[in-house]
Amino acid sequence: MKNTNKPVEIRWHGRGGQGAKTACLLLADAAFSSGKYVQGFPEYGPERMGAPITAYNRISDERCPVHSNIYEPDYVVVVDETLLGAVDVTKGLSQDGAIIVNTSKTPEEVRPLLGGYNGKVCTIDARRISEETLGKNFPNTPMLAAAVKVSGVVEAEKFVSDMEASFHHKFAHKPQVITGNMAALTKSMKEVQVG
Amino acid sequence: MSIRERLSGNEAVAYAMRQINPDVMGAFPITPSTEIPQYFAQYVADGLVDTEYVTVESEHSSMSTCIGAQAAGGRAVTATSSCGLALMFELLYVASSCRLPITLACVNRALSGPININNDHSDSMGARDAGWIQIYAETNQEAYDNFLQAMPIGENPAVRLPVMICQDGFITSHGVENIELLEDDKAKAFVGEYNPEHFLLKHENPLAVGPYDVTHYYMEHKIQQAEAMKAAKPVILQVAAEFEKLTGRKYGFFEAYRMEDAETALVLIGSSAGTARATVDKLRAEGKKVGMVKLRVFRPFPMEELAAALQHCKAVAVLDKAESFSAAGGPLFAETRSALYDLDSRPKAINYVYGLGGRDFTVDVAEYIFGQLDEIVTTGNTGEVYRHIGQREV
Amino acid sequence: MIRTAAEINEQTPWQELTPGGEIYEGGTARLTNTGDWRTQTPVFHADACKHCMLCVPFCPDSAIPVKDGERLDFDFMHCKGCGICVNACPFGAITMGKEGE
Repeated sequence: MKNTNKPVEIRWHGRGGQGAKTACLLLADAAFSSGKYVQGFPEYGPERMGAPITAYNRISDERCPVHSNIYEPDYVVVVDETLLGAVDVTKGLSQDGAIIVNTSKTPEEVRPLLGGYNGKVCTIDARRISEETLGKNFPNTPMLAAAVKVSGVVEAEKFVSDMEASFHHKFAHKPQVITGNMAALTKSMKEVQVG
Repeated sequence: MSIRERLSGNEAVAYAMRQINPDVMGAFPITPSTEIPQYFAQYVADGLVDTEYVTVESEHSSMSTCIGAQAAGGRAVTATSSCGLALMFELLYVASSCRLPITLACVNRALSGPININNDHSDSMGARDAGWIQIYAETNQEAYDNFLQAMPIGENPAVRLPVMICQDGFITSHGVENIELLEDDKAKAFVGEYNPEHFLLKHENPLAVGPYDVTHYYMEHKIQQAEAMKAAKPVILQVAAEFEKLTGRKYGFFEAYRMEDAETALVLIGSSAGTARATVDKLRAEGKKVGMVKLRVFRPFPMEELAAALQHCKAVAVLDKAESFSAAGGPLFAETRSALYDLDSRPKAINYVYGLGGRDFTVDVAEYIFGQLDEIVTTGNTGEVYRHIGQREV
Repeated sequence: MIRTAAEINEQTPWQELTPGGEIYEGGTARLTNTGDWRTQTPVFHADACKHCMLCVPFCPDSAIPVKDGERLDFDFMHCKGCGICVNACPFGAITMGKEGE
């Protein structure tokens, strides 16, 4: 994490209904729990399942007054790899930052799809991890974990313990989901490839 | 010790409503205010409040519900946005002329048409002459704090006016940020009980509310409303002072940010003020004497106070997040420039209409406007007064 | 400050009116001399009246007083001279005359 007062800025790309907004708000939660000042906000429009959507995080040690969208993010998270051709996902992305893509491909295979982006390219097969651990394609939890791991906005161990507490609270009535989500989380943090 | 949380602006307002536990809520959903009655409905279902939650078929009816409930002697709240506020238009005037201190959470959204769900201030600015106190928030924190201050202001016997607590749709209403909340007992104690002297359910004496006013009476009652709006000014400051004692958070009619020696300044309302503040800090670091005035209270309008805050400036830009199609500038500009008129020597003033229908307001835009003000100061030439910014053009 | 309707009139300054025109008592219409608007006047012929009471509910201004089961002469402070009672009466106990005659 950068050692300045400037907030770490993250942009999420997803499709309506996939939970990119939820992942963005979960990251804000996780950063809040570790004592940060956070912003988590989606760019809203009419509700359209499957349409490209964008969400944003600002995370810093001081309250960030800026209320605009983020145009020069430090990190970009792409929850759906089919967006790579449709949306300019690396637009404004810092060359010192990273892009994290949900794909079964390797960073080397993805880089040519990123319009000449020279920064770090990270990949995570969130779909497979989700299917293995949760039995369904809920890419949220693994994408969140990969974003935390790559950006370092939250200290990893603290993140894992906070998330466990939060899952226990959220899924008190269906404990089987907690194990699956925790497995998705730790697996993703291990498997994310940095290229 | 306050409670440290992270909430969206809508959650924060619903949270304040729960702490207040009003008698009646008139509930009708409209984007982006829908979450307020939605969260509140959960509080009702969970038994955390004993509010009569009245689901109605339109905003015309939700405001009518509030009017009836408040006249009966209860505390009534509602939330709305955009066309919802427009559909209440007739009743807004009834509420204020009957001197019923209803509290309305307005989550600002562009008015149709063209239809649009994103933020600007055209809804509440359209209702600016309806006789409601209007208080605007920059952040979720301010939306929460303002909501807790609304009833002590509006219900004050010298005021007796309804209060509209405004925040920017999506930008703060759906944006999650850190917030400090009061404990329930402290919030409740601060807001206090509603004890009107006269109300319909008071069995000792009958009461008629909102009678027909013939010409011989109408103007006198309008003057009473106008006087009540003047009387609201000291009450707003007094309530803010009490709130500061409780929370340490300071509020006034507006916030003058780095204005002491500012030569140029922006005057604006709402969430964009945060972005302007960051711009001021950036330019100050470069040695430029810039400042910002964030207006919190638009009704009553702090005419003399605002003029005093701006009098030392050489040029100011007033930013309106609403068109008024006057062909001469937006509503905030009209008021601000009118305030400057009483100064012996006044800054040059220009107007920018910006941010309509969710058009983003960035540090770059704010910096550009400061650049334009520099040019006015250097050349002494104001140029076009009524401007727009953020639009595509040839 | 409670001000009764009787204390308020078209000369009352705004400072002395009730907030929002609130009225803190019932039946204040009694105070208004709507009888002043009358151009025709009903005449009550007590000898022809059977006290059937048909005229009473028809009167839009509640200007026909009733006491101990018998109707009395008109309340001319509130009667506007509309003549509806003349049509309601089956016994010819009410006729219309010109106001002032």
